[in-house]
Amino acid sequence: MFYSILFYLFATVLVGAALGVIFARNPVHAIMFLVLTFFQSAMLWLMVEAEFLAIVLVLVYVGAVMVLFLFVIMMLDVEIESVKRGLTHYAPFAIVISLIMAVELVQLIWVRGSADAMDNAFTPNPADYDNTKALGAVLYTEHAYAFEIAAVILLLAIVAAITLTMRKRPGLKVQDISAQVSVRAKDRIRLVKMKSESES
Amino acid sequence: MSSLLPQFIVDLWDSLPPLVQYLTVVTWKILFVTIAVILVVAFSTYFERKVIGSMQSRVGPNRVGPLGLGQPFADVIKLLIKEIVVPAQSNKFLFVIAPLLSLIPALATWAVVPLHPGFTISNINAGLLYVLALTSLGVYGVILAGWASNSKYALLGAMRSAAQIVAYEIAMGFALVGVLMAAGSLNLGAIVEGQAGGFSNWFLLPLFPLFIVYWVSGVAETNRAPFDVAEGESEIVAGFHVEYAGVAFALFFLAEYANMVLISALASVFFLGGWASPLAGWTFLDGSLLAFIAAPSFFWLFAKISFFMYSFFWFRATFPRYRYDQIMRLGWKVFIPITIFWIAVEAVMAWQRVGPWANLG
Repeated sequence: MFYSILFYLFATVLVGAALGVIFARNPVHAIMFLVLTFFQSAMLWLMVEAEFLAIVLVLVYVGAVMVLFLFVIMMLDVEIESVKRGLTHYAPFAIVISLIMAVELVQLIWVRGSADAMDNAFTPNPADYDNTKALGAVLYTEHAYAFEIAAVILLLAIVAAITLTMRKRPGLKVQDISAQVSVRAKDRIRLVKMKSESES
Repeated sequence: MSSLLPQFIVDLWDSLPPLVQYLTVVTWKILFVTIAVILVVAFSTYFERKVIGSMQSRVGPNRVGPLGLGQPFADVIKLLIKEIVVPAQSNKFLFVIAPLLSLIPALATWAVVPLHPGFTISNINAGLLYVLALTSLGVYGVILAGWASNSKYALLGAMRSAAQIVAYEIAMGFALVGVLMAAGSLNLGAIVEGQAGGFSNWFLLPLFPLFIVYWVSGVAETNRAPFDVAEGESEIVAGFHVEYAGVAFALFFLAEYANMVLISALASVFFLGGWASPLAGWTFLDGSLLAFIAAPSFFWLFAKISFFMYSFFWFRATFPRYRYDQIMRLGWKVFIPITIFWIAVEAVMAWQRVGPWANLG
């Protein structure tokens, strides 16, 4: 009972926030709605005892990805009018994608909703079950190869992004910090001892 | 405990449903910890002014109450009765919730911090991940405050702060990877228990570079001097909270100090053994008045937190502010390579059972 109330509460807020992402006029508001959406899905994952995934969702998406999104969007001066004009331009593309997603969703619900799948109701894990450990045990043994490939792809993306944005302008003046730190007084000033020139 | 209470209270308690019992106990624990943290924050402002005062040959606050101890409360009352000015061109809703968004993660992280042997509000398995997730949320308050104020200085402060926090979070996360490798667990209680049994069992020695990286990143993450370019009063007035006054400003202030106390507590838990006593083997103290310093207790955690808080103030009185590009350089080009290198060193040493690394993992 308590469990169902919580589920419907989180699910309602999740759907509401997801709609908010689409309908919010201000892009910053849309991002905050997206943050709320991620939080609510993390809550739903917590409810099926997937605490590792839930916390990592908050850590990676809310803590890092959305911050960078916000960072970029805050700098933009978005004109609502141009966004509206863009809507009709992208509409066919958007409709195709949303149709594919809808079909996939319906298929999933249809498969899950069939009689034999309905019997596998959620059963709580034993108290000493450690989600993180279980995931790690599978990830580093059975799926080690796929895991490594994912890591290499991410590394490639980082290297590519850095290479694309690295520009060396000719004539750019850059400070060499170690040279600055290691500078000594005698490199900059020369103290000379000399006799006074005037005879007094 | 139950024998101290009259029978009817015990019976009344037992007759409650388990859910209500659980909620009552947890609520009291949360209230207790939150109020304690807020009091510590209030007095750490006093502590800061006294410490910096003494370092600069001044007396610090000494007017309100004995030794000026009433100063924090005087400040709070002053801020409470001030008017909150909401800029006309600001985004009102985000402007108001931004201080809350920076305060809530700072307080919520205390849920998993082990304060005393056996006392944690929530003893969860993925505690370290929870800490990382929540400390990464504090940046929202800063960014939204800067954006919602609709002021150039505030926006500049928010930009600086966001870039800085995102950069140093990575170094912090990598430093914590070393800790979880050493403890073999993500549970904060297990991490502290792994360091119990005297000074030599602390992770401080085998993970020393990671400790330095974590601690400096912690200072950067809380936007404290010498990394306080987000406020940078000589360049951008007061940074992200320039438009805030009264209680809203007080909340930012509270969040900053709560984060400092939190980083101090986490650094003690991860590297200095939390509530574990460095004098654990001193059995000759048994029975004497000093027996408590050999036993693991909240006393030691508090002592370690106080040491770190003192260092925060010490840094502020000592170091000049970093230049912004150098902050970025330090985070990305110095700290991240150091942490990755030391994780590899730790793994090899623990695998070969060498020196202080022999007992890890």
